[in-house]
Amino acid sequence: MKTTLTPIAEVAGRGVPVRGNDIDTDRIIPARFMKCVSFDGLGAYAFYDERFDAHKSPKPHPFNDERFDDGDILIVNSNFGCGSSREHAPQALMHFGIRAVIGESFADIFRGNCTAMGIPTVTLSHADAVAVQNVVAANPDTEISIDLKRKIVWAGDRKFAADIPEAFRKSLLSGEWDTTAVLLAGAEAVETTAGRIPYMHQFLWDDDRA
Amino acid sequence: MGKSLFNKVWDLHRVRTLPSGQDQLFIGLHLIHEVTSPQAFEMLRVRGLSELPYPDRTFATVDHIVPTDDVDRPFGDALAEKMMQALEMNTADFGVELFGLDSEYQGIVHMIGPELGLTQPGMTIACGDSHTATHGAFGAIAFGVGTSQIRDILATQTMALSRVKVRQIHITGALQSGVHAKDIILRIMCELGVRGGIGYAYEYAGPTIDALSMEERMTICNMSIEGGARVGYVNPDRTTFDYIRGRLYAPKGADFDRAREFWASMASDPDAAYDDVFELGVDQLEPTLTWGINPGQGVAVTQDLPDLASIPPEDREVAERAYEHMGFRPGQSLLGEKIDVAFIGSCTNGRISDLRAAAEIVKGHKVAPHVKALVVPGSRQVRKQAEEEGLHEVFEEAGLSWRGAGCSMCLAMNPDKLVGNQLCASSSNRNFIGRQGSPTGRTLLMSPAMVAAAAIEGAVTDVRKAL
Repeated sequence: MKTTLTPIAEVAGRGVPVRGNDIDTDRIIPARFMKCVSFDGLGAYAFYDERFDAHKSPKPHPFNDERFDDGDILIVNSNFGCGSSREHAPQALMHFGIRAVIGESFADIFRGNCTAMGIPTVTLSHADAVAVQNVVAANPDTEISIDLKRKIVWAGDRKFAADIPEAFRKSLLSGEWDTTAVLLAGAEAVETTAGRIPYMHQFLWDDDRA
Repeated sequence: MGKSLFNKVWDLHRVRTLPSGQDQLFIGLHLIHEVTSPQAFEMLRVRGLSELPYPDRTFATVDHIVPTDDVDRPFGDALAEKMMQALEMNTADFGVELFGLDSEYQGIVHMIGPELGLTQPGMTIACGDSHTATHGAFGAIAFGVGTSQIRDILATQTMALSRVKVRQIHITGALQSGVHAKDIILRIMCELGVRGGIGYAYEYAGPTIDALSMEERMTICNMSIEGGARVGYVNPDRTTFDYIRGRLYAPKGADFDRAREFWASMASDPDAAYDDVFELGVDQLEPTLTWGINPGQGVAVTQDLPDLASIPPEDREVAERAYEHMGFRPGQSLLGEKIDVAFIGSCTNGRISDLRAAAEIVKGHKVAPHVKALVVPGSRQVRKQAEEEGLHEVFEEAGLSWRGAGCSMCLAMNPDKLVGNQLCASSSNRNFIGRQGSPTGRTLLMSPAMVAAAAIEGAVTDVRKAL
């Protein structure tokens, strides 16, 4: 199997602020849009029920706001992506055009899914996350950038200290966020591990195996 | 200091440390279903991978999209039919056992693992579904994963993951009559919040947990994710071993005796170290239900809804949004709040003991005329058992609709959905906006007995009055 590693050290672009704590993955992508066998096309349904009413008329939402058109970096608050493990949620965001997420905190599964897709998720303090949201709301053309090497978020010329679990940071910087190849490289070690797990061998210990 | 089960299982399954610092972790049991797996198989094909290294460690079923009234093929919903066909093709192509619509074992993925004896203590288990922590009730470490990780597990039987911290939730006290495992976990959500578990595995322990049945333990572990904890587990004991004995995939004879020794050895040591301990007493616990739009927004049934001022500042905006969506007001009681729909089922509360508890409440009564009530067994095995006990007749005589097995109205990917702003008393796990199929629909999470009592009353009521 051939995989080209794609290191991600920096993401820069326009921001989109989506405010509120505990935004769950059902809100990011309602379950009825998961009736698909491919992720392509999910972008149209990101935040669908928050963006459109029962008559499919647009409601006020940052994803409908032309000031934030072509936004690359989503800026959120705490526990973003809680609930269902559906990778359809970050996939919908990515197909909408989002390439990184800045927030106060993220749900564990959502964050793992984003990383596995090459979407950095970095955290700021509550005050700083709100400050970046305010900067973008006031001036949507402000360049937002995430520097993973130095763990810094820039909003125009304002600088914020950002955090990300070290393993996520390293895997994004090296390109090994696409984990299949690196896991396959350990095939021999996997066999050794399987060999010592009792339920893989009728619960026989080494001495008793035929 | 001794080790917790979490760390024992992690260490046993740790293959190596990856360059990123994450561990490569062997996955002993991989469960898949029709919603989150098709893209993973496609990713394998794109990468030229045509064989799984351990095809006999993956099992498939179909649950999310399955209609609960008519499962004749092709399904009425063409998109659902396409997903079903993809699962059938993928499992055939890659040599994975499928408990499909022709199997007596079809059901919600978190029901059938335990029923078949596939779920065992000391294992690592993964499934593309956040309620995978259900399997933790057996003393397994069970992770909900996304589709990219399903791809990795199919391709390598391993995944890349960082170890998390462990919080023991130590529970003491005896439950009053009418109070169930669901009330315990809803209470824990109220206490620790929906963000409290981020970065943690929850170990549920203490005399109250020791006294619970396997089905009750599954209800509690199932909702760990609602508190932000990706993993939840209970240490294996005699209750666990007795449940597993004799099941289709359980070890037999001398194998079982050796297995039991291994399983017992994986339990947390008495002097195990924890990153945090939370104590909860349940002697005074009352039937509990949610009033808002996340599972941490709950109250005892006799309690009034909270004033905004009493809610911590960081939760106030969500509480305001909850009041707006639900149409409730601070200070009111939920008692007497008229419901439109009653749903009994889901991987949280779709087991035989749940159906028995609900049947006991509705027996000899009639569902209120304005209420649509559904009973959806979590699996075909549960459905069969319930019919052997005559529970289906009790439900039908009372006016509840008796359905086939699946996820149904827990997330409404099949034809069972709320309409408009209907209010649903539900034994499921999520009250998120839009969760039950209508963007304006409203969900009250509660125990199956509480749902049954609400169906009869036509409104929220205290189940203890019906006993």
